[in-house]
Amino acid sequence: MDKLNLSKHISSQFNEELEQIRNHVMSMGGLIERQLYDALAAIANSDSELAQRVIENDLKVNDWELQIDKECTRMIAKRQPAASDLRLIMAILKSIADLERIGDETRRIAKVALESFNSDQQDLLVNLDNLGRHVAQMLHDVLDAFARMDVEAALTVHKEDKKVDREYEAITRQLMTYMIEDPRSIPKIMNVLWSARSLERIGDRCKNLSEYIIFFVKGKVVRHSTHEKLEQEVRS
Amino acid sequence: MAVIRNATVKMSAQNLSVRLAGKAVLDNISLDIPANKVTALIGPSGCGKSSLLRSFNRMNELLEEAVTQGQVLLDGQDIYRPGVDLAELRRRVGIVFQKPNPFPLSVYENVAFGLRLQGVNRARQLDEMVAEALEKAALWQEVKNRLHDNALTLSGGQQQRLVIARAIAIEPEVLLLDEPASALDPISTLKIEELIYELKQHYTIVIVTHNMQQAARVSDYTAFMNLGQVVEFDATNKIFTDPNEPQTEDYITGRFG
Repeated sequence: MDKLNLSKHISSQFNEELEQIRNHVMSMGGLIERQLYDALAAIANSDSELAQRVIENDLKVNDWELQIDKECTRMIAKRQPAASDLRLIMAILKSIADLERIGDETRRIAKVALESFNSDQQDLLVNLDNLGRHVAQMLHDVLDAFARMDVEAALTVHKEDKKVDREYEAITRQLMTYMIEDPRSIPKIMNVLWSARSLERIGDRCKNLSEYIIFFVKGKVVRHSTHEKLEQEVRS
Repeated sequence: MAVIRNATVKMSAQNLSVRLAGKAVLDNISLDIPANKVTALIGPSGCGKSSLLRSFNRMNELLEEAVTQGQVLLDGQDIYRPGVDLAELRRRVGIVFQKPNPFPLSVYENVAFGLRLQGVNRARQLDEMVAEALEKAALWQEVKNRLHDNALTLSGGQQQRLVIARAIAIEPEVLLLDEPASALDPISTLKIEELIYELKQHYTIVIVTHNMQQAARVSDYTAFMNLGQVVEFDATNKIFTDPNEPQTEDYITGRFG
């Protein structure tokens, strides 16, 4: 990490504060990652107690966002960060907003686990679980890339989002077929559909996080472009 | 004062008014300086911040026609009471000015000067104390091989740290800094700021600065002054993110006038 010279400021206080903010982002990320795994486990095992815990823990995620927000504001007011330091603070401010929204989506997913499904409907949940694992891996990888500020790893996560989108489309089609076959199950299936949608959104937000990493390390704004263009931009 | 938390009060101005040559420069100021913290005094030119700083070790009296009313307490005792030993007061409350002003002596003798006045004469003890002061002032590494060079051959930033070493060699309790970095380049400035941060573990520091960002970086508490009065005094985090007074907000955001 310290190839980026984050701890090389003349002001040791600046180093400490920067390090602390980074650690807090990692703690927030770690908490959200666990939340997502728990939400998926709650659905897979119909564990309503675990689901309830995920829902309650989302408040902790919100607290992290507020705290890091405050720390970044202070940092800007007191230390006047410039160049890569400023990019880091901007990247962190954007990242925690996305992380907080991932927390919200995770809470929505956990709510589905509070429903009861019959054995036919259980099949639907298997597909959801596959998508869930895929997205959870993406979140894990992007947090890892953030910890190391690793552009290559960020690029890999960025590319992964397309696959998640395709999986989501496949699930949507499948769920529509179920709804046509058995209109009475529509309310339940809608819930599954919303969770799939939430997972797809988490994928999008992981993609955003990867873009912030690239912004910090390379100083390039790579939002709103295709993966191919982005890769070209990063390698140029 | 309620804004000081988790710190004892080292110095305190109480209803302090100062007139210089008939002109009121400080108007009934009451302000607590917390121990082992850095307190910054900021405000526009002529607001009285340097006068307030100088009243903390009775330097105003060196100017003619200075009239001081009210009290300045150091550990609860009024430094303006009759019979105060001024040399002793200024040993306890040291001051460093804007322009580095080393004596035209060697690096070593600059630091040893005050110690000799205090009666430290044994060579070994003197060596140790000089080295310690230079170490604390983050200058030792740069000058340890040129202790007997003339101090005026050092760079401006090094001279200023030498002056700080000279001030702390005699173990003051309070260190007053009057624009200590305004004549220095940005890197030397950051070194001085880092030094201030290190020193606050041992001393109570009051710094006057025109550079608001510097106040934000180095201080724990900030007092914003205008027209001889303290407009607002609070934790630096508070002053620079959400000040209470509109005047403070205007000043730190560059809207003053």
